[in-house]
Amino acid sequence: MTRFWNELHLYGPGFLQASYTVFGITILTIAVSWICGLLAALAQRSRYRVVRIVAGFYIWFIRGTPTLIQVFIIYFGLPQFGIRLSPFAAGIIALGVNSGAYVAEIIRGGLTAIPRGQTESALALGFSPAETMRSIILPQVFRIILPAITNEAISTLKNTSLLSTITVVELTLYAQTLIAATFRPFEFYIAVALIYLVLTTILTTLAGWLERRYAKLS
Amino acid sequence: MSAPLLSLREIRKSFGDNEVLKGVSLEVQAGEVVSIIGASGSGKSTFLRSINALEIPQSGFMDFEDTHFDFRTESRFFPSQTQLQALRARVGMVFQSYNLWPHMTVLENVMHAPVKLLKMPRREATEQAEALLSRIGLLEKRHSYPARLSGGQQQRVAIVRALAMKPRLMLFDEVTSALDPELVHEVLVLMASLAADGMTMLLVTHEIAFARDVSSRVLFFDKGVIAESGSPDILRSPESDRLKQFLHRILHDQVGHSVSLEDGRGGQA
Repeated sequence: MTRFWNELHLYGPGFLQASYTVFGITILTIAVSWICGLLAALAQRSRYRVVRIVAGFYIWFIRGTPTLIQVFIIYFGLPQFGIRLSPFAAGIIALGVNSGAYVAEIIRGGLTAIPRGQTESALALGFSPAETMRSIILPQVFRIILPAITNEAISTLKNTSLLSTITVVELTLYAQTLIAATFRPFEFYIAVALIYLVLTTILTTLAGWLERRYAKLS
Repeated sequence: MSAPLLSLREIRKSFGDNEVLKGVSLEVQAGEVVSIIGASGSGKSTFLRSINALEIPQSGFMDFEDTHFDFRTESRFFPSQTQLQALRARVGMVFQSYNLWPHMTVLENVMHAPVKLLKMPRREATEQAEALLSRIGLLEKRHSYPARLSGGQQQRVAIVRALAMKPRLMLFDEVTSALDPELVHEVLVLMASLAADGMTMLLVTHEIAFARDVSSRVLFFDKGVIAESGSPDILRSPESDRLKQFLHRILHDQVGHSVSLEDGRGGQA
């Protein structure tokens, strides 16, 4: 144990680098998941049956299969069709598409919470349905779903550890290489857990600050 | 008589098997104030909502200014999405439940449509919104969010939000029904002042006294048709039994808010 602490300065920069990677992947994954989630949520309300079915299938498939298998399909499966992605890109796409299905369900719930009158008053002034959605409905939905979407972001951050299986050098894989060299799994996994804890706490604090800001507005 | 501002012919609307409007026709001249009364389910709200096409009738014709619509889907005059938006931009509507946007300040609520839809410069839109808000005595609330306002204040902001688009016609759908009794008066006074200014207005209302004192014409809806119409005098001496019964029923539990055009002229206008 003491040896671990004495040698911590050797691993510090590596851990920091791995933390940046985790944070970067998380931010990009959240971006992908919000886009997928918003599209899927809106598609579920489409007047075209085919569009609704596609969105329903997407959500059903993603929620019903393990995240790890989805990562493998993108990274190991797609090259059979000539689609070869870097581990980094494959990871972001797999986790983003995965989280998107959950975000879609969150947004769908948020949309049903907005009274019909909000849409009607905008339409009655001459706004298009798209502009009504963009400037009247979605800003209100975002406030309602902020707590749920924060939870989802935290899950996403923790899920980045799955990308250790496809050679993304994030915290988990970095720790594993160190453990292989030092045979000190306990210390390194505890260290990694604590770093994840710091990262998730940063996310929660950020979301809490946003929530309080919005609470003040209304 | 000049050409009417609004003309509707044979408007029909069903929800499933329920035929709510059974061929309603109406002409409205510029400057008229038309009150629509009737029991709930008589089709009066659906009729009002047909005029700005929040409900699209199954059939019927509508002329508003230079627009001509034929609501049969196969018609070449069936309104396109763009035409619907252009119509709605010229017809203001106020709802029972105010429907102010809670994530925008009072000022933003009033400015949003002119800036986005009329492409009005922000400075001009701000000035216009502030002028409208001072007209209703709420200028100092311009940076407040709607949740901080009373129901009556919110409804008056909803009215000026519609006015900010400089509509040619205003539709009011039971705008005082959700208000606490003591807040009804301030909204009616504002509406009376609009009428006094010459705004063309159609209102669905349960305020019989207001309909009697402010409107130029009263329509009584019953079972999807206009069962009786005429000058506000029909409220004092109704001809049809159905209107007699209706008035008897509602006047019994309504004290009535007496607001006249004079209130509008002398009030907060």
